Amino acid sequence: MVFTALALVVVNSPGWPEVRRSFLNVDVFRESFPEIARRFLLNVQAFLLAEVFILVFALFIAVLRSLPGAVFFPIRALAVAYTDLFRGIPTVLVIYILGFGAPALQLQGVPDSPFFWGVVALVLVYSAYVAEVYRAGIESVHPSQVASARSLGLSRWKALRFVVLPQAVRRVIPPLLNDFIGLQKDSALLALIGVLEAFRRSQVDTAGAFNFTPYVATALLFVAITIPLARVTDWLVARERGRYQAEGTL
Amino acid sequence: MTEDALRLDAVHKSFGRLEVLRGIDLTLARHEVVALIGASGSGKSTLLRCINVLERIDRGRILLDGHDVTARGVDVNEVRRRVGIVFQAFNLFPHMTVLRNICLGPVEAQGLPREEAEERARGLLERFGLLDKVLDYPDRLSGGQQQRVAIVRALAMRPDVMLLDEVTSALDPELVAEVLDVIRELAEGGMTMILATHEMGFARDIAQRVAFLDDGVILEEGPPDRIFTDPQHPRTRRFLQRIIAAGRL
Repeated sequence: MVFTALALVVVNSPGWPEVRRSFLNVDVFRESFPEIARRFLLNVQAFLLAEVFILVFALFIAVLRSLPGAVFFPIRALAVAYTDLFRGIPTVLVIYILGFGAPALQLQGVPDSPFFWGVVALVLVYSAYVAEVYRAGIESVHPSQVASARSLGLSRWKALRFVVLPQAVRRVIPPLLNDFIGLQKDSALLALIGVLEAFRRSQVDTAGAFNFTPYVATALLFVAITIPLARVTDWLVARERGRYQAEGTL
Repeated sequence: MTEDALRLDAVHKSFGRLEVLRGIDLTLARHEVVALIGASGSGKSTLLRCINVLERIDRGRILLDGHDVTARGVDVNEVRRRVGIVFQAFNLFPHMTVLRNICLGPVEAQGLPREEAEERARGLLERFGLLDKVLDYPDRLSGGQQQRVAIVRALAMRPDVMLLDEVTSALDPELVAEVLDVIRELAEGGMTMILATHEMGFARDIAQRVAFLDDGVILEEGPPDRIFTDPQHPRTRRFLQRIIAAGRL
């Protein structure tokens, strides 16, 4: 209802013919789409690569943060400082600072490509969020599970590895996928430090054709992958809920 | 010289300012079954958790086969491998099948090869009538079956002593018997056990000795017949009267 009304308002607005010409031009779309789609593979590469490192690194941070006892206080504090810092700085700034700053250091043996540093920036920022997601999962596992594992003579580490983490990770898969969707969209930010991915390519096309249709083409590409993933997330959430409701009746 | 299987000397334990155990002395001979009775909050669970070193005691000693398990530098994991504990709420691992629940300790804590651990697990499951549940997840089992699996999981470590912490308290009445049968069989097989329980009839049946825990001390202990029929201490008498009034003896 609301969307239909909104669509009607937009289509009947005085500027609509002009907007349609500059955003939904079929010829410009045909012209620009193949190259943008090809560049989009670079986005896919960036977020897939980043996600792998995020999932591992964030878990490491979350585990450090859940270490018990006074002995580990400095390590816990470090993990907290990390998450606070990288959740606090706007992603754009982290990308700028690393993308322009790190190569300027001219370190031996360290890549200086914007793509590399862009991915590093995404890993750093998203790991801070994902670590918090993991931590919520770890804390949701009842202490009696740890007691039970330790009572069998398992070390603290093995109790974590075999009993706590498998249950924790399973519970946070939906929020993890949610963050993954965010990451996919933020891969467009790599354009800002000169990575020629889909968004950067559409900027170039837009400037060349004096037409904004390439942006719409890029948006479609992003939506084409984020929407299916969102549905998978919904399905997983529903399945998990079904599991808990079925408990006791089975 | 035959050493006691387990000996507690003046065990003290506090949580903050709350003194839960105030000097516990208790000795178990090998193959002996001791029932630990007492009201909720009297310290039964804490005492068992201390023996398994899940809680650190503040003062006193706990000797397992003559070795002080609370001394500094003792490998608590090694102690726990020899002392099995079963909890009121089963605490099975919900993400593992029955078989993996049982094999986790032997494989990961004892270093047993997986095939050997599985063979051991299947043997125990068969003995307690659970072999058909071997590949089920815990949430598919009844409470009684879950608790029996939890007992098997502890037994798979081949412990010297078993600690049972009100293992039937969370069960529906009709499921209690199947768990008690398992415990009875263990007792008959000569397992050294401490049994914290509200099942007085059962305690009377299988325990060689009953210890009444009240407010962090063992107020009275002795053979079941004497404790249940002729308790010396007024508080023991009062406790047992309440139990009888509730129809549990």
